[in-house]
Amino acid sequence: MYSSFLIKYAEIGIKGKNRYLFENALVQQIKYACKRCEGDFEVRKAEGRIYVDAVSDFDYDELIDNLKTVFGISGICPMIQIEDNSFDNLCSVIVDYFDREYPDKNKTFKVFARRSRKSYPKNSMELNADIGEVLLNAFPELKVDVHDPDICLYVEVREKTYVYSQIIPGPGGMPVGTNGKAMLLLSGGIDSPVAGYMISKRGVKIDAVYFHAPPYTSDRAKQKVIDLARQVSKYSGPIYLHVINFTDIQLAIYEKCPHDELTIIMRRYMMRIAQSIAEETECLGLITGESIGQVASQTMHSLACTNEVCTMPVYRPCIGMDKQEIISISEKIGTYETSILPFEDCCTIFVAKHPVTKPNLSIIKRHEHNLDEVIDDLVKTALDTKETIIVKIEK
Amino acid sequence: MECYFDNSATTRVHPEVADTIHKVMLDEYGNPSSMHKKGMEAEMIVRNARETIASTLKVDDRCILFTSGGTESDNMALIGCADAYKRSGKHIITTKIEHPAILNTCKYLEENGYEVTYLGVDKNGLVDLSELENSIREDTTIVSIMHTNNEIGAVEPIEKAGEAIKRKNPSTLFHVDAVQGYGKWRILPSKQNIDLLSVSSHKIHGPKGIGFLYIGNGVKINPIIHGGGQQKNLRSGTENVPGIAGMAKACELIYSDLDNANDHLYTMKQRLIEGLDDIEDIKINGLTGRESAPHILSVSFGLVRSEVLLHALEDKGIYVSAGSACASNKPAVSETLKAIGVEKRMLESTIRFSLCKDNTMEQIDYCLEVLHDTLPMLRRFTRH
Repeated sequence: MYSSFLIKYAEIGIKGKNRYLFENALVQQIKYACKRCEGDFEVRKAEGRIYVDAVSDFDYDELIDNLKTVFGISGICPMIQIEDNSFDNLCSVIVDYFDREYPDKNKTFKVFARRSRKSYPKNSMELNADIGEVLLNAFPELKVDVHDPDICLYVEVREKTYVYSQIIPGPGGMPVGTNGKAMLLLSGGIDSPVAGYMISKRGVKIDAVYFHAPPYTSDRAKQKVIDLARQVSKYSGPIYLHVINFTDIQLAIYEKCPHDELTIIMRRYMMRIAQSIAEETECLGLITGESIGQVASQTMHSLACTNEVCTMPVYRPCIGMDKQEIISISEKIGTYETSILPFEDCCTIFVAKHPVTKPNLSIIKRHEHNLDEVIDDLVKTALDTKETIIVKIEK
Repeated sequence: MECYFDNSATTRVHPEVADTIHKVMLDEYGNPSSMHKKGMEAEMIVRNARETIASTLKVDDRCILFTSGGTESDNMALIGCADAYKRSGKHIITTKIEHPAILNTCKYLEENGYEVTYLGVDKNGLVDLSELENSIREDTTIVSIMHTNNEIGAVEPIEKAGEAIKRKNPSTLFHVDAVQGYGKWRILPSKQNIDLLSVSSHKIHGPKGIGFLYIGNGVKINPIIHGGGQQKNLRSGTENVPGIAGMAKACELIYSDLDNANDHLYTMKQRLIEGLDDIEDIKINGLTGRESAPHILSVSFGLVRSEVLLHALEDKGIYVSAGSACASNKPAVSETLKAIGVEKRMLESTIRFSLCKDNTMEQIDYCLEVLHDTLPMLRRFTRH
């Protein structure tokens, strides 16, 4: 029924001279989203707005679902385009549209007309009043409410005239690719995919690193992480997923360091390795799913110890969130179901019964020296043998 | 060397079975219910398969009902008969070590007003016949006991159980889940007082998604799947003709060489047991001689989590399962192991080796070698 869509974007509108960079990135991302849908589409930037026009048969729901994954879109408005300039014709189209869209007429409404094309015979105020009158005449049950209407009918007179009243919310944020790249530490849990999603939402392209520990973690656990990355890539675009074999490092820590510090020391090495891949791949920061106090390794003390090895900024978008808040986002973005599959990840296999919750950095550092003889080689081997998988949505 | 020791989870399809299926798919592709020649051809395939299968049990071919496998056969037997006999009684007896296809069907029946008694087992996984006899009541309609346990290879005293049931209450039906027993033993329902018998094809080198339920003459049973009325209205749905043909071929092949195959299996099992002897802190669960299943060996390895050992063996090309892999890949503690009283620390340290006739002594020796190499390394790193 609709073949044209007005794309509303939020924050890009307030950018200054580089606004066009953001708009062009958004157009590009919308084009990618359209490519995943059946049918042909034209995406155009005109008069400070973005329009998507279907130029062949297409699946409405599929298009909307895909547009909803494009960061930078705040709203998608299915609209009617009218080329004929006469006011009478405009009114008859609006009456039809209204009748079809709102079978129940017992509603209040307000017309928001905007005349950008100044050659049009009626100005905005006149359009508001006249269209309102036509609608009231056509549907006597309708009422006008200019303060809190049920229906806001937008009529925009530009090159063509556009009519819409529905705004389907988009994900918000900024188009991917407008804000550099960061490296996500992706486990199989609930938090890290959410963290990746949240940073990506700010326009950041993401790559990811996963620590695999065979035979302690299985190929199914690895596949689970690939599936999570794929789900995040619906929003973020293709993700380079680096899989690091972490077993030998973990075993060395297990043998040479106190068990209650194992997780902290292990996480320090994960950060070091992630950072070294990040530097090599031009990432500007690390992303983790940590949240203060969630587990022993995420207390303020533990975070301070883990963070100490990083020279790059570490972004932790879940840091102040409760578990339930994180779960809500994971459900919304479709990673929850996969995250809760019961496979062991490398953080839990050797976890001590009572890990330290207030680690002391100088003690941790002293114990890390126990690894001096072997650790450089082990880290180098882990980096040299990393497997890189390009994860993206097919089609 | 690749060693597939997970034959109780599923088996490789026999090449002759694959050929049969391939041929039926391309040639006899008709619907057995169609009235024309193509339908007739397909119907003949089904009919011949029924005869072949019936002859392995020495029963009337009209007693064979094709299903989608062991789970459906178990569901059909319990739900179908519980429903058909609900006026005679609503009491069912089974054991604590049944496959989830039985246990969860019983749970479903309990939620629907039936009463279920779960018999315990001894340390070898065997039911106590006097406990069985004492549990049978006037209103007991079905007793369901598995033939061979899938996790520890315990072989239940089916013949004696059948006698006990009929002695106590001749109208009580006896259902046997023979998914792990069929193809390893000669089972004769009419001589062993078995009224219903569940069998799955993919455990005996046949295809997945097909199985059968033997239903004795005179047993009343209601359908659980409704539709076009195929198979005398007991199991609607177009017959899986290639699957049926493949299963029949698999049944024929497995029974044509049963004794030799079993000798070979017992020899391999014995070698495995002997080879494990010098490994410290292990326990073999259940019986191990000719009175146990020829193909299943359950071993608990202290201080190693079964999942880790499984993946370590996998890395060397050896495929086993942790407890029972059949139900799902969810790591849950095994009810069977709990029921036979396996120590708590061993519950999550148990591996099942399940063999088939295609396995070789060389594979057994290789597996033992790998275990001797791997276990000390794995035991150095344990969770605290």
